[in-house]
Amino acid sequence: MNWQTSFAEFWRIFAEQEGYKVFLVGLGTTMAIATLGLLIGICVGIVIAAIKVLPKYKKVTRVFQKICDFYVAAFRGTPLVVQLLLAYYVIPGIFGISWPAENVCVVVFGLNSGAYVSEIMRSGILSVDPGQMEAGRALGLSYPVTMLKIVIPQAIKNIIPTLGNEYISLVKETSIVSFVTATDIFKSFKEIGDATYEYVVPYLFMALVYIVIVLILTLLVKLLETWLRRSEK
Amino acid sequence: MNNNENILIDVRNLRKTFKKKNGEPVHALDGVDNVIHNGEKVVIIGPSGCGKSTFLRCLNCMEDPTAGSIYFDGEDLADMKVDINKHRENIGMVFQQFNLFSNKTVIQNIMLAPVYLKTKKAGGIFAKAEVKKKIKAEVRETAINLLRRIGLEDKANVYPSTLSGGQKQRIAIIRALAMNPKVMLFDEPTSALDPEMVGEVLDLMKELANEGMTMVVVTHEMGFAREVADRIIFMADGKIVEEGAPAEFFENPKEERTKLFLKCVL
Repeated sequence: MNWQTSFAEFWRIFAEQEGYKVFLVGLGTTMAIATLGLLIGICVGIVIAAIKVLPKYKKVTRVFQKICDFYVAAFRGTPLVVQLLLAYYVIPGIFGISWPAENVCVVVFGLNSGAYVSEIMRSGILSVDPGQMEAGRALGLSYPVTMLKIVIPQAIKNIIPTLGNEYISLVKETSIVSFVTATDIFKSFKEIGDATYEYVVPYLFMALVYIVIVLILTLLVKLLETWLRRSEK
Repeated sequence: MNNNENILIDVRNLRKTFKKKNGEPVHALDGVDNVIHNGEKVVIIGPSGCGKSTFLRCLNCMEDPTAGSIYFDGEDLADMKVDINKHRENIGMVFQQFNLFSNKTVIQNIMLAPVYLKTKKAGGIFAKAEVKKKIKAEVRETAINLLRRIGLEDKANVYPSTLSGGQKQRIAIIRALAMNPKVMLFDEPTSALDPEMVGEVLDLMKELANEGMTMVVVTHEMGFAREVADRIIFMADGKIVEEGAPAEFFENPKEERTKLFLKCVL
């Protein structure tokens, strides 16, 4: 293999034949799926975690907790690719609807991530000193209000590094969305490879792109964490 | 002191049973009867594990009683149907571990509950902006005055993690006072403090006592008990063994169990 010609070929497609445009679309799709997925995941995760840490007095809470357990088991127990395929090819067929692959990806990544975030969130809530809840309740604040104003803000602060990890793994996991025809970073580089039958250089570039994204995200998470921890200086 | 109108909290046959991991029940409170009057300072003492903290924590249902009743403001707090949050506004509580909200500054710690609850009564999120503003200004003034009283107004905008234990506990006390409670419960308020900081917290509590606040205090500070209490309750094994005025209690204990305990701590 000749590195020089391989690179020249790659560069010809990437720069001159507008391969970079496909790449930019792919980059956008990857970041959109990962970011929106994480946001949905955090919302779903907070709700599930909040239900799971409720005191088990009432029957209705126990029923909701069982539903949450089932949800988490279902989404953690099956591979993400399987969930994507089901959501894109099977479910629309049953209900006679069709929707764009990117939307399917955002929803599936969000719901899947929700299962993981709920566990992260739950451990975050449990890591907050129970005295904080007691102090709020003793002042006459209700359980949900104390949870929302005191416990969850502290829990989120404790789990920012872990949530950052979740975001990073979401970014990397998006490389499977081409299974359901969405164009992400992986797909854009694969197309360049397909055009030249030369995959080494495009795939090395792809690895580089992922690493750069992850490093930037790591830095952002660190900055966010420092900012949130200002109350502990 | 013994007329009925003066009764603030009336505890009858209070029981609390915990289950150990192996399912064996532990009777932390085994039928406690007591009446706490307006303005009375009650100090509860006893060996560790005797149920004194559990008793105190049952008074505002931080622990749900297994059986019995706690009458406060004409309602039985042990009844699960009673809106406990409404009553807790009138029962201040101070914890051994201070429990200041660590994500809030000192002034936010003091203002959070009064502002939220007063705004809620004024209509919550539907309350008019000027009403909300007025509530906030009023509560802020109360908070600043309370901070000034304990000489910590310069700490209003710092986070609790920068404070000493004694400062934290005094702020925890005025946080409870900001609700204007009818009674203050103290759960071993000085046990987690370094010795040199115990004095400042006890001094503040003595001030409250002199102002006529009703207080129920669980403590190991016998000097404080002797000086401040109107009545000492001695508990052991989930029961009240003996109670009485401090002079009588410390000089002439009647029960064997009390004599044994006092010999150890005095």
